[in-house]
Amino acid sequence: MAFFQVEKLVKYFGGLAAVNGVSFQVEKGEILGLIGPNGSGKTTTFNMISGYHRPTSGRVVFKGGEIHQLPTHRICKLGIGRTFQVVKPLGRMSVLDNVIAAAYSRAGSPREARGLALETIRFCGMDAVKDQLAKSLPIAGRKRLEIARAMATKPELLLLDETAAGLNPTELLDAIDLIKKIRENGTTIIIIEHIMHVIMTISDRIHAINFGQTIGEGTPQEVAQNKAVIEAYLGTDYA
Amino acid sequence: MKKNLVPLIVLAALAAFPLVVEHNYYLHLMILFLMWVVIGSAWNLIAGYTGQVSFGDAAFFGSGAYAAGLLSHHLQLSAWWGLAIGGFVAVAVGMPFGWICFRMRGAYFALATLALNEVLRHSAAIAEGFTGGMVGILIMPTFVSKVPYYYVALALAAASMISIQWIVHAKPGYYFVSIREDQDAAESLGIDTHYYKMLSLAIAAFWTGVAGSLYMNYMGFIDPDVVFSLHDISIMAILVGIVGGVGTVYGPAVGAFIMVTVQELFRSGFFGLFEYLGRATGSAAVESMAKTITGAHVLGFGILVVVVILVLPNGIVGDWPKIRSAFSRNKIAA
Repeated sequence: MAFFQVEKLVKYFGGLAAVNGVSFQVEKGEILGLIGPNGSGKTTTFNMISGYHRPTSGRVVFKGGEIHQLPTHRICKLGIGRTFQVVKPLGRMSVLDNVIAAAYSRAGSPREARGLALETIRFCGMDAVKDQLAKSLPIAGRKRLEIARAMATKPELLLLDETAAGLNPTELLDAIDLIKKIRENGTTIIIIEHIMHVIMTISDRIHAINFGQTIGEGTPQEVAQNKAVIEAYLGTDYA
Repeated sequence: MKKNLVPLIVLAALAAFPLVVEHNYYLHLMILFLMWVVIGSAWNLIAGYTGQVSFGDAAFFGSGAYAAGLLSHHLQLSAWWGLAIGGFVAVAVGMPFGWICFRMRGAYFALATLALNEVLRHSAAIAEGFTGGMVGILIMPTFVSKVPYYYVALALAAASMISIQWIVHAKPGYYFVSIREDQDAAESLGIDTHYYKMLSLAIAAFWTGVAGSLYMNYMGFIDPDVVFSLHDISIMAILVGIVGGVGTVYGPAVGAFIMVTVQELFRSGFFGLFEYLGRATGSAAVESMAKTITGAHVLGFGILVVVVILVLPNGIVGDWPKIRSAFSRNKIAA
């Protein structure tokens, strides 16, 4: 039994199949990259894993238990954290308070929550901005706050949804370092990313989808050579 | 503990107030003020901290008031028992309602509270056999003096503020604010948003109900139009919150003080100023204006809210730094 797997996941919005039969597995400690052109169903897949959407059919299995019928907050408690592509900072709270709110999912006392939050903030390199209001952060800070908040829930599996989008080259390197650090920490990661430099450097395996269907899976090198993937990204002329 | 010094001084001053001021009129205003601190703090918890704006606080206020009144009316128990159970009756009214409404997002909760307010007002008027209908409920006040009521009100105001502040600074408080800021993000952090919205509503309904019971005991008379009043209770609660500062610790207390003062200014025709002017000038126009002014408190509230939202969108407490800097700038300019 895999650590985490989705099986023939299908999601219809009205007559539109946003995700249509996607299956993949993730082993413990692995980084799986999820790629595909815009609108191919990556975020919808994340939303089904984290309980924001109910799958039309198919299963999501985490550590041997089905989770696709559970509410989002229960899935978080089970050990799946996520970030949002369109960042959702708790704007009128400080960075520290954002992370404390997340830490309470694991901590019993205010002291413990604060301790866990401070530790997570240090881990994510946000010490300097911890007393700022979340809404005052620039985009790189907000993306990082998404990660810090998710990490404070102590996830075993972390879903990263385009956490590198919109960053400048320096920030990008910092983001890659952080993701590697999270993996060294023992956290399994599924990452959606458009920036090929990021996804190619850090993924162990890549799963490519288009129009809600799997078009390829393998190591970064294999996927980069995959005809269907090249076609999806560059058009038939290049395939 | 400099932080706690100012509230402690204020509390001590309030405790000493009846010893210094014996005039019943001012005691009456202070009791109303303290009652509004309770209601305002409760409204601030659900609307200010949790972001679920209630337009129908009178539903909970009236439930508490009627719980106390009916106990005394039907069971010949002291209406003071209402203080103990009035809050729980309000929670019992609020829970099934919140359970349904909190499944929806956006304006639904606000609109539904408005509806609940009206439904209860009409129900209380129609169920004549049980509630006395529009005739209302009259009970004999326990005390002739206002001083005991003052201290009960002061105790409730302090207890409500302290308990709500304690909750706000503990785990539920973080969760309430997270829900206000972003419900999807809150869910992703393991927060059962439905449960915590219910919890916030339960605490708010409880204190509002207790305030209602206090009102019944103190005034000795209630009818549906008084305690389920949309503009005198529900809207007033919102005004107390907005004027004082939504989501701030001392906002409701400041808001309650200002709103009770403004309400009284209108009710008394600016402490008889217009009446006096009318008599002094002998002008019929001024006299009729005096009558109009006393009935125009809702208009006055409206203007006040517009001004506050334009000038101090975060309320007096929320925008206090802005107020202070504005004044210090003036001093330098002068």
